[in-house]
Amino acid sequence: MTEISAKKVKVSALCELCHARKAVMKRPKNLQKLCKDCFYKVFETEIHNTIVDAKLFSPGDKVAIGASGGKDSTVLASVLKTLNERYDYGLILVLLSIDEGIKGYRDDSLATVKRNQVQYEMPLEIISYRDLYNWTMDEIVSCAGIRSSCTYCGVLRRQALDRGAAKLGINHVVTGHNADDMAETVLMNLLRGDTARLEKSCAIITQSAGSPIKRSKPFKYTYQKEIVLYAHYKKLDYFSTECTYAPEAFRGTARELLKSLESIRPSCIMDIIYSGEHLVLAPKKKKITTSYKTNKKKTHTENEVNADGSVSLGRKKQFEDGNRCEKCGYLSSNRICKACMLLAGLEMNRAKVSIDNNTAVDGAAVLTRTLEQLSF
Amino acid sequence: MGFKVKVEFLGGLDVISNKVREHSLKVPLEEGEATVKDLIELITKSIIADPKDIPVFIEDDTVRPGILVLINDTDWELEGMEEYVLESGDVFTFTSTLHGG
Repeated sequence: MTEISAKKVKVSALCELCHARKAVMKRPKNLQKLCKDCFYKVFETEIHNTIVDAKLFSPGDKVAIGASGGKDSTVLASVLKTLNERYDYGLILVLLSIDEGIKGYRDDSLATVKRNQVQYEMPLEIISYRDLYNWTMDEIVSCAGIRSSCTYCGVLRRQALDRGAAKLGINHVVTGHNADDMAETVLMNLLRGDTARLEKSCAIITQSAGSPIKRSKPFKYTYQKEIVLYAHYKKLDYFSTECTYAPEAFRGTARELLKSLESIRPSCIMDIIYSGEHLVLAPKKKKITTSYKTNKKKTHTENEVNADGSVSLGRKKQFEDGNRCEKCGYLSSNRICKACMLLAGLEMNRAKVSIDNNTAVDGAAVLTRTLEQLSF
Repeated sequence: MGFKVKVEFLGGLDVISNKVREHSLKVPLEEGEATVKDLIELITKSIIADPKDIPVFIEDDTVRPGILVLINDTDWELEGMEEYVLESGDVFTFTSTLHGG
Protein backbone atom coordinates (compact mmCIF):
# COMPACT_ATOMS: atom_id res chain seq x y z
CA MET A 1 0.00 0.00 0.00
CA THR A 2 2.96 2.30 0.40
CA GLU A 3 4.52 1.50 -2.95
CA ILE A 4 5.49 4.74 -4.54
CA SER A 5 3.47 4.89 -7.68
CA ALA A 6 4.64 8.34 -8.55
CA LYS A 7 2.68 8.37 -11.76
CA LYS A 8 -0.56 7.77 -9.97
CA VAL A 9 -0.19 10.40 -7.27
CA LYS A 10 -1.89 13.62 -8.19
CA VAL A 11 -0.14 16.86 -7.33
CA SER A 12 -3.01 17.71 -5.02
CA ALA A 13 -2.33 14.50 -3.11
CA LEU A 14 1.27 15.45 -2.34
CA CYS A 15 2.58 16.56 1.01
CA GLU A 16 2.21 20.32 1.35
CA LEU A 17 5.60 20.67 3.01
CA CYS A 18 8.02 18.55 1.00
CA HIS A 19 5.94 18.37 -2.21
CA ALA A 20 7.63 15.04 -2.88
CA ARG A 21 5.79 12.30 -1.05
CA LYS A 22 2.15 11.37 -0.89
CA ALA A 23 0.27 13.00 1.96
CA VAL A 24 -1.13 10.53 4.47
CA MET A 25 -2.85 12.77 6.97
CA LYS A 26 -4.63 16.07 7.34
CA ARG A 27 -3.71 18.14 10.36
CA PRO A 28 -6.79 19.16 12.34
CA LYS A 29 -5.03 22.31 13.51
CA ASN A 30 -4.62 23.94 10.10
CA LEU A 31 -5.93 21.38 7.60
CA GLN A 32 -2.44 20.96 6.15
CA LYS A 33 -1.84 17.69 4.29
CA LEU A 34 1.39 15.97 5.27
CA CYS A 35 3.37 12.86 4.46
CA LYS A 36 4.54 10.58 7.27
CA ASP A 37 8.05 12.01 7.56
CA CYS A 38 6.94 15.63 7.55
CA PHE A 39 4.22 14.78 10.05
CA TYR A 40 6.76 13.28 12.47
CA LYS A 41 8.99 16.32 12.05
CA VAL A 42 6.21 18.84 12.59
CA PHE A 43 4.66 16.88 15.47
CA GLU A 44 7.93 16.57 17.36
CA THR A 45 9.07 20.12 16.63
CA GLU A 46 5.84 21.63 17.90
CA ILE A 47 6.20 19.76 21.17
CA HIS A 48 9.82 20.88 21.41
CA ASN A 49 8.71 24.48 20.87
CA THR A 50 6.05 24.15 23.56
CA ILE A 51 8.68 22.83 25.97
CA VAL A 52 11.12 25.61 25.15
CA ASP A 53 8.53 28.42 25.20
CA ALA A 54 7.15 27.35 28.55
CA LYS A 55 10.65 26.68 29.92
CA LEU A 56 9.46 23.34 31.22
CA PHE A 57 12.86 21.81 31.84
CA SER A 58 16.38 22.73 32.84
CA PRO A 59 19.46 20.63 32.10
CA GLY A 60 20.01 17.93 34.68
CA ASP A 61 16.34 17.80 35.71
CA LYS A 62 15.01 14.46 36.78
CA VAL A 63 11.52 14.11 35.36
CA ALA A 64 8.90 11.44 35.99
CA ILE A 65 6.57 10.55 33.14
CA GLY A 66 3.16 9.59 34.47
CA ALA A 67 2.76 6.41 32.46
CA SER A 68 -0.48 4.50 32.17
CA GLY A 69 0.38 2.43 29.13
CA GLY A 70 -2.27 4.30 27.16
CA LYS A 71 -1.66 6.14 23.90
CA ASP A 72 -0.95 9.57 25.36
CA SER A 73 1.65 8.58 27.92
CA THR A 74 3.28 6.07 25.59
CA VAL A 75 3.69 8.71 22.89
CA LEU A 76 4.89 11.16 25.55
CA ALA A 77 7.61 8.77 26.70
CA SER A 78 8.66 8.12 23.12
CA VAL A 79 8.70 11.79 22.08
CA LEU A 80 10.49 12.98 25.22
CA LYS A 81 13.16 10.37 24.71
CA THR A 82 13.56 11.47 21.09
CA LEU A 83 13.66 15.19 21.94
CA ASN A 84 15.93 14.70 24.94
CA GLU A 85 18.46 13.08 22.64
CA ARG A 86 17.92 15.35 19.65
CA TYR A 87 18.07 18.67 21.48
CA ASP A 88 20.28 17.66 24.36
CA TYR A 89 17.85 18.58 27.12
CA GLY A 90 20.03 16.73 29.59
CA LEU A 91 17.01 15.19 31.28
CA ILE A 92 16.90 12.04 33.33
CA LEU A 93 13.59 10.41 32.45
CA VAL A 94 11.78 7.91 34.65
CA LEU A 95 8.46 6.15 34.12
CA LEU A 96 6.08 6.42 37.05
CA SER A 97 2.96 4.28 37.07
CA ILE A 98 0.10 3.99 39.48
CA ASP A 99 -1.52 0.64 40.12
CA GLU A 100 -5.04 1.46 41.27
CA GLY A 101 -5.89 -2.19 41.67
CA ILE A 102 -8.47 -2.58 38.90
CA LYS A 103 -8.54 -6.15 37.67
CA GLY A 104 -8.88 -6.61 33.94
CA TYR A 105 -7.78 -3.05 33.25
CA ARG A 106 -4.79 -1.79 35.13
CA ASP A 107 -3.03 -5.13 35.34
CA ASP A 108 -3.07 -5.34 31.53
CA SER A 109 -2.02 -1.75 31.01
CA LEU A 110 0.86 -2.13 33.46
CA ALA A 111 2.14 -5.00 31.35
CA THR A 112 2.37 -2.46 28.52
CA VAL A 113 4.31 -0.02 30.70
CA LYS A 114 6.72 -2.80 31.61
CA ARG A 115 7.37 -3.37 27.92
CA ASN A 116 7.81 0.38 27.43
CA GLN A 117 10.41 0.33 30.19
CA VAL A 118 12.51 -1.98 28.05
CA GLN A 119 11.71 -0.27 24.73
CA TYR A 120 12.62 3.21 25.99
CA GLU A 121 15.36 2.13 28.39
CA MET A 122 13.89 4.06 31.30
CA PRO A 123 13.62 3.00 34.92
CA LEU A 124 10.08 2.26 36.07
CA GLU A 125 8.49 2.81 39.45
CA ILE A 126 5.05 1.41 40.21
CA ILE A 127 3.13 2.78 43.18
CA SER A 128 0.07 0.81 44.18
CA TYR A 129 -3.03 1.96 46.03
CA ARG A 130 -2.83 -1.24 48.02
CA ASP A 131 0.62 -0.46 49.41
CA LEU A 132 -0.14 3.19 49.93
CA TYR A 133 -3.70 3.16 51.23
CA ASN A 134 -4.40 -0.52 51.90
CA TRP A 135 -7.33 -0.29 49.52
CA THR A 136 -7.61 -1.21 45.87
CA MET A 137 -10.04 0.55 43.55
CA ASP A 138 -11.96 -2.70 43.22
CA GLU A 139 -12.46 -2.75 46.98
CA ILE A 140 -13.38 0.93 47.09
CA VAL A 141 -15.98 0.48 44.38
CA SER A 142 -17.48 -2.55 46.08
CA CYS A 143 -17.78 -0.43 49.20
CA ALA A 144 -18.67 3.03 47.90
CA GLY A 145 -20.40 2.18 44.64
CA ILE A 146 -19.43 2.73 41.04
CA ARG A 147 -20.77 6.26 40.71
CA SER A 148 -18.18 7.94 42.83
CA SER A 149 -15.29 5.82 41.58
CA CYS A 150 -13.66 8.66 39.61
CA THR A 151 -13.75 10.99 42.62
CA TYR A 152 -11.91 8.54 44.82
CA CYS A 153 -9.55 7.44 42.12
CA GLY A 154 -8.69 11.01 41.13
CA VAL A 155 -7.83 12.18 44.62
CA LEU A 156 -5.89 9.04 45.44
CA ARG A 157 -3.98 9.06 42.17
CA ARG A 158 -2.95 12.67 42.59
CA GLN A 159 -1.35 11.89 45.93
CA ALA A 160 0.04 8.59 44.73
CA LEU A 161 1.84 10.32 41.84
CA ASP A 162 3.22 12.91 44.25
CA ARG A 163 4.42 10.29 46.67
CA GLY A 164 5.88 8.18 43.89
CA ALA A 165 7.80 11.19 42.60
CA ALA A 166 8.95 12.12 46.11
CA LYS A 167 10.16 8.59 46.64
CA LEU A 168 12.29 8.90 43.52
CA GLY A 169 13.56 12.33 44.57
CA ILE A 170 11.78 13.98 41.66
CA ASN A 171 9.82 17.21 41.81
CA HIS A 172 8.42 17.31 38.30
CA VAL A 173 5.85 14.95 36.81
CA VAL A 174 4.87 15.26 33.16
CA THR A 175 1.55 13.85 32.03
CA GLY A 176 0.12 13.03 28.62
CA HIS A 177 -2.86 15.38 28.84
CA ASN A 178 -3.45 16.66 25.33
CA ALA A 179 -5.24 19.58 23.68
CA ASP A 180 -8.50 17.65 23.48
CA ASP A 181 -8.36 16.90 27.21
CA MET A 182 -7.66 20.51 27.98
CA ALA A 183 -10.48 21.82 25.78
CA GLU A 184 -12.78 19.27 27.38
CA THR A 185 -11.87 20.52 30.83
CA VAL A 186 -12.38 24.16 29.84
CA LEU A 187 -15.76 23.25 28.41
CA MET A 188 -16.77 21.31 31.51
CA ASN A 189 -15.76 24.08 33.87
CA LEU A 190 -17.61 26.56 31.69
CA LEU A 191 -20.74 24.43 31.69
CA ARG A 192 -20.54 24.02 35.42
CA GLY A 193 -19.84 27.67 36.12
CA ASP A 194 -16.72 26.61 37.96
CA THR A 195 -14.87 29.86 37.41
CA ALA A 196 -12.12 29.15 39.92
CA ARG A 197 -11.08 26.07 37.98
CA LEU A 198 -11.80 27.68 34.62
CA GLU A 199 -9.02 30.21 35.04
CA LYS A 200 -6.31 27.71 35.77
CA SER A 201 -7.52 24.94 33.52
CA CYS A 202 -5.24 26.09 30.70
CA ALA A 203 -2.04 26.37 32.71
CA ILE A 204 0.75 24.26 31.28
CA ILE A 205 2.41 23.91 34.69
CA THR A 206 0.32 23.34 37.76
CA GLN A 207 1.14 22.84 41.37
CA SER A 208 -1.55 22.17 43.88
CA ALA A 209 -1.50 23.69 47.31
CA GLY A 210 0.15 21.29 49.66
CA SER A 211 2.27 19.66 47.00
CA PRO A 212 5.98 20.21 46.44
CA ILE A 213 5.69 18.53 43.07
CA LYS A 214 4.88 20.40 39.90
CA ARG A 215 3.08 18.88 36.98
CA SER A 216 3.24 19.86 33.37
CA LYS A 217 1.59 18.97 30.10
CA PRO A 218 3.97 19.04 27.12
CA PHE A 219 1.03 17.91 24.91
CA LYS A 220 -1.03 20.93 25.81
CA TYR A 221 -1.23 21.99 22.15
CA THR A 222 -1.17 18.52 20.65
CA TYR A 223 -4.31 17.07 19.12
CA GLN A 224 -5.47 13.64 20.15
CA LYS A 225 -5.85 12.71 16.50
CA GLU A 226 -2.17 13.39 15.89
CA ILE A 227 -1.12 11.47 18.98
CA VAL A 228 -3.09 8.44 17.83
CA LEU A 229 -1.69 8.75 14.30
CA TYR A 230 1.85 9.11 15.61
CA ALA A 231 1.44 6.00 17.74
CA HIS A 232 -0.11 4.16 14.81
CA TYR A 233 2.47 5.07 12.19
CA LYS A 234 5.39 4.56 14.56
CA LYS A 235 3.82 1.28 15.64
CA LEU A 236 4.20 2.17 19.30
CA ASP A 237 3.14 -0.42 21.81
CA TYR A 238 0.17 1.00 23.69
CA PHE A 239 -2.81 -0.28 25.56
CA SER A 240 -6.35 0.77 24.79
CA THR A 241 -9.26 -0.37 26.84
CA GLU A 242 -11.70 1.80 28.66
CA CYS A 243 -11.41 1.68 32.42
CA THR A 244 -13.83 -0.86 33.88
CA TYR A 245 -15.35 1.95 35.89
CA ALA A 246 -16.60 4.17 33.07
CA PRO A 247 -15.90 7.90 33.27
CA GLU A 248 -18.41 10.19 34.86
CA ALA A 249 -21.38 10.87 32.63
CA PHE A 250 -20.89 14.61 32.43
CA ARG A 251 -17.32 14.35 31.16
CA GLY A 252 -18.40 11.74 28.63
CA THR A 253 -21.10 14.02 27.26
CA ALA A 254 -18.75 17.01 27.14
CA ARG A 255 -16.27 14.87 25.22
CA GLU A 256 -18.88 13.83 22.67
CA LEU A 257 -19.99 17.41 22.23
CA LEU A 258 -16.39 18.45 21.64
CA LYS A 259 -15.83 15.64 19.12
CA SER A 260 -18.96 16.65 17.22
CA LEU A 261 -17.82 20.26 17.16
CA GLU A 262 -14.38 19.17 16.02
CA SER A 263 -15.80 17.25 13.08
CA ILE A 264 -17.39 20.46 11.81
CA ARG A 265 -14.61 22.84 12.78
CA PRO A 266 -11.36 21.07 13.67
CA SER A 267 -9.66 24.20 14.93
CA CYS A 268 -12.25 24.59 17.69
CA ILE A 269 -10.09 22.62 20.13
CA MET A 270 -7.24 25.07 19.77
CA ASP A 271 -9.74 27.94 19.83
CA ILE A 272 -11.25 26.79 23.12
CA ILE A 273 -7.79 26.60 24.68
CA TYR A 274 -6.99 30.04 23.29
CA SER A 275 -10.20 31.40 24.76
CA GLY A 276 -9.44 29.73 28.07
CA GLU A 277 -5.97 31.26 28.16
CA HIS A 278 -7.20 34.74 27.46
CA LEU A 279 -10.18 34.63 29.69
CA VAL A 280 -9.92 37.32 32.31
CA LEU A 281 -12.58 36.96 34.89
CA ALA A 282 -13.77 39.93 36.86
CA PRO A 283 -11.64 40.10 39.99
CA LYS A 284 -13.30 38.36 42.84
CA LYS A 285 -14.56 40.45 45.66
CA LYS A 286 -11.88 40.58 48.23
CA LYS A 287 -12.80 38.19 50.92
CA ILE A 288 -12.48 39.78 54.25
CA THR A 289 -11.89 37.14 56.79
CA THR A 290 -12.29 38.38 60.26
CA SER A 291 -10.26 36.30 62.53
CA TYR A 292 -11.83 36.40 65.90
CA LYS A 293 -10.07 36.74 69.19
CA THR A 294 -7.04 38.39 67.65
CA ASN A 295 -6.10 41.99 68.02
CA LYS A 296 -8.00 44.39 65.86
CA LYS A 297 -5.10 45.55 63.76
CA LYS A 298 -4.62 42.11 62.29
CA THR A 299 -8.23 41.28 61.65
CA HIS A 300 -8.21 41.69 57.90
CA THR A 301 -6.67 39.03 55.77
CA GLU A 302 -7.19 39.68 52.12
CA ASN A 303 -7.44 36.70 49.87
CA GLU A 304 -6.94 37.65 46.30
CA VAL A 305 -7.28 35.26 43.43
CA ASN A 306 -4.12 35.27 41.38
CA ALA A 307 -4.01 35.16 37.61
CA ASP A 308 -3.14 31.50 37.60
CA GLY A 309 -6.11 30.77 39.78
CA SER A 310 -4.21 29.95 42.91
CA VAL A 311 -5.64 31.50 46.00
CA SER A 312 -4.26 32.88 49.22
CA LEU A 313 -0.57 33.30 49.62
CA GLY A 314 -1.13 32.59 53.27
CA ARG A 315 -1.78 28.99 52.50
CA LYS A 316 1.36 28.59 50.54
CA LYS A 317 3.36 29.94 53.39
CA GLN A 318 1.65 27.52 55.65
CA PHE A 319 2.72 24.79 53.31
CA GLU A 320 6.29 25.94 53.29
CA ASP A 321 6.20 25.68 57.01
CA GLY A 322 5.75 21.99 56.36
CA ASN A 323 2.12 21.47 57.26
CA ARG A 324 1.44 17.78 57.34
CA CYS A 325 -1.65 15.63 57.41
CA GLU A 326 -2.29 14.56 60.96
CA LYS A 327 -3.21 11.08 59.87
CA CYS A 328 -0.74 10.00 57.24
CA GLY A 329 1.96 12.60 57.76
CA TYR A 330 2.05 13.53 54.10
CA LEU A 331 2.31 17.19 53.06
CA SER A 332 -1.09 18.79 53.07
CA SER A 333 -2.53 22.28 53.23
CA ASN A 334 -5.23 21.10 55.56
CA ARG A 335 -5.17 19.32 58.89
CA ILE A 336 -6.26 16.09 57.28
CA CYS A 337 -5.35 15.51 53.64
CA LYS A 338 -8.06 14.85 51.08
CA ALA A 339 -7.05 11.24 50.56
CA CYS A 340 -7.25 10.51 54.28
CA MET A 341 -10.63 12.20 54.47
CA LEU A 342 -12.04 10.02 51.73
CA LEU A 343 -10.50 6.89 53.19
CA ALA A 344 -11.84 7.68 56.63
CA GLY A 345 -15.31 7.88 55.15
CA LEU A 346 -14.80 4.55 53.43
CA GLU A 347 -13.55 2.83 56.51
CA MET A 348 -16.52 4.03 58.51
CA ASN A 349 -18.80 2.67 55.84
CA ARG A 350 -17.06 -0.63 55.70
CA ALA A 351 -17.08 -1.05 59.45
CA LYS A 352 -20.80 -0.37 59.58
CA VAL A 353 -21.49 -2.93 56.93
CA SER A 354 -19.48 -5.76 58.30
CA ILE A 355 -18.86 -5.50 62.00
CA ASP A 356 -21.22 -4.27 64.66
CA ASN A 357 -20.10 -2.10 67.50
CA ASN A 358 -16.84 -1.28 65.84
CA THR A 359 -16.26 2.43 65.92
CA ALA A 360 -14.26 3.66 63.02
CA VAL A 361 -10.78 3.63 64.28
CA ASP A 362 -7.69 3.82 62.15
CA GLY A 363 -7.24 0.67 60.20
CA ALA A 364 -10.78 -0.54 60.68
CA ALA A 365 -10.90 -1.67 57.10
CA VAL A 366 -7.62 -3.47 57.38
CA LEU A 367 -8.86 -5.22 60.47
CA THR A 368 -12.11 -6.15 58.80
CA ARG A 369 -10.31 -7.63 55.89
CA THR A 370 -7.94 -9.55 58.11
CA LEU A 371 -10.91 -10.93 59.99
CA GLU A 372 -12.62 -11.87 56.76
CA GLN A 373 -9.66 -13.93 55.72
CA LEU A 374 -9.50 -15.85 58.98
CA SER A 375 -10.73 -19.37 58.98
CA PHE A 376 -11.02 -21.87 61.74
CA MET B 1 -19.26 -11.70 -7.58
CA GLY B 2 -17.95 -9.38 -5.00
CA PHE B 3 -14.48 -8.73 -3.60
CA LYS B 4 -12.70 -8.68 -0.31
CA VAL B 5 -11.41 -5.87 1.88
CA LYS B 6 -9.81 -5.86 5.31
CA VAL B 7 -11.36 -4.07 8.26
CA GLU B 8 -9.47 -3.35 11.49
CA PHE B 9 -10.90 -2.16 14.80
CA LEU B 10 -8.24 -0.58 17.00
CA GLY B 11 -7.94 1.63 20.05
CA GLY B 12 -10.40 -0.46 22.00
CA LEU B 13 -13.05 -0.43 19.28
CA ASP B 14 -12.83 -4.22 19.08
CA VAL B 15 -15.30 -4.32 21.98
CA ILE B 16 -18.08 -4.07 19.42
CA SER B 17 -16.86 -7.06 17.43
CA ASN B 18 -16.32 -9.75 20.06
CA LYS B 19 -12.76 -8.54 20.67
CA VAL B 20 -11.73 -9.47 17.14
CA ARG B 21 -9.48 -6.75 15.74
CA GLU B 22 -9.07 -7.86 12.14
CA HIS B 23 -11.83 -8.87 9.81
CA SER B 24 -11.84 -9.98 6.22
CA LEU B 25 -15.02 -8.69 4.69
CA LYS B 26 -16.66 -9.77 1.48
CA VAL B 27 -18.33 -6.90 -0.32
CA PRO B 28 -21.26 -8.27 -2.34
CA LEU B 29 -21.03 -5.60 -5.01
CA GLU B 30 -18.95 -5.09 -8.12
CA GLU B 31 -15.60 -3.43 -7.64
CA GLY B 32 -16.05 0.23 -8.51
CA GLU B 33 -19.63 0.34 -7.33
CA ALA B 34 -19.21 0.26 -3.58
CA THR B 35 -18.26 3.26 -1.48
CA VAL B 36 -17.32 3.67 2.16
CA LYS B 37 -21.01 4.37 2.78
CA ASP B 38 -21.81 0.83 1.69
CA LEU B 39 -18.92 -0.47 3.75
CA ILE B 40 -20.25 1.21 6.89
CA GLU B 41 -23.63 -0.38 6.34
CA LEU B 42 -22.02 -3.74 5.74
CA ILE B 43 -20.00 -3.45 8.94
CA THR B 44 -23.08 -2.71 11.02
CA LYS B 45 -24.77 -5.76 9.52
CA SER B 46 -22.02 -8.31 9.55
CA ILE B 47 -19.28 -7.34 12.00
CA ILE B 48 -20.89 -5.58 14.94
CA ALA B 49 -21.90 -8.40 17.23
CA ASP B 50 -24.60 -6.69 19.25
CA PRO B 51 -26.98 -4.27 17.45
CA LYS B 52 -26.97 -2.18 20.63
CA ASP B 53 -23.35 -1.30 19.89
CA ILE B 54 -24.12 0.25 16.51
CA PRO B 55 -24.29 3.78 18.00
CA VAL B 56 -20.76 3.26 19.33
CA PHE B 57 -19.67 3.15 15.71
CA ILE B 58 -22.21 5.26 13.86
CA GLU B 59 -23.77 8.63 14.39
CA ASP B 60 -25.97 10.40 11.85
CA ASP B 61 -25.29 7.75 9.20
CA THR B 62 -21.56 8.17 9.29
CA VAL B 63 -18.64 7.07 11.45
CA ARG B 64 -18.99 8.61 14.87
CA PRO B 65 -16.80 11.64 15.58
CA GLY B 66 -13.81 10.56 17.63
CA ILE B 67 -13.19 7.45 15.57
CA LEU B 68 -10.20 7.88 13.33
CA VAL B 69 -10.55 6.30 9.90
CA LEU B 70 -7.60 5.28 7.76
CA ILE B 71 -7.87 3.90 4.25
CA ASN B 72 -4.71 1.98 3.39
CA ASP B 73 -2.99 3.86 6.21
CA THR B 74 -4.02 7.24 4.83
CA ASP B 75 -6.38 9.61 6.64
CA TRP B 76 -9.80 9.12 5.05
CA GLU B 77 -10.21 12.89 4.93
CA LEU B 78 -7.69 12.83 2.08
CA GLU B 79 -9.52 10.05 0.29
CA GLY B 80 -12.98 11.53 0.00
CA MET B 81 -14.34 10.08 3.24
CA GLU B 82 -17.70 8.32 2.69
CA GLU B 83 -17.45 8.79 -1.06
CA TYR B 84 -14.25 6.77 -1.46
CA VAL B 85 -14.72 3.93 -3.93
CA LEU B 86 -13.62 0.58 -2.53
CA GLU B 87 -10.98 -1.50 -4.26
CA SER B 88 -10.20 -5.13 -3.73
CA GLY B 89 -7.65 -5.62 -0.96
CA ASP B 90 -8.17 -2.19 0.63
CA VAL B 91 -7.47 -1.96 4.35
CA PHE B 92 -9.84 0.14 6.47
CA THR B 93 -8.65 0.99 9.96
CA PHE B 94 -11.04 2.37 12.55
CA THR B 95 -9.35 3.60 15.71
CA SER B 96 -11.24 4.94 18.67
CA THR B 97 -9.66 8.02 20.24
CA LEU B 98 -12.41 8.37 22.78
CA HIS B 99 -10.88 6.97 25.88
CA GLY B 100 -8.31 8.18 28.23
CA GLY B 101 -4.66 7.77 27.58
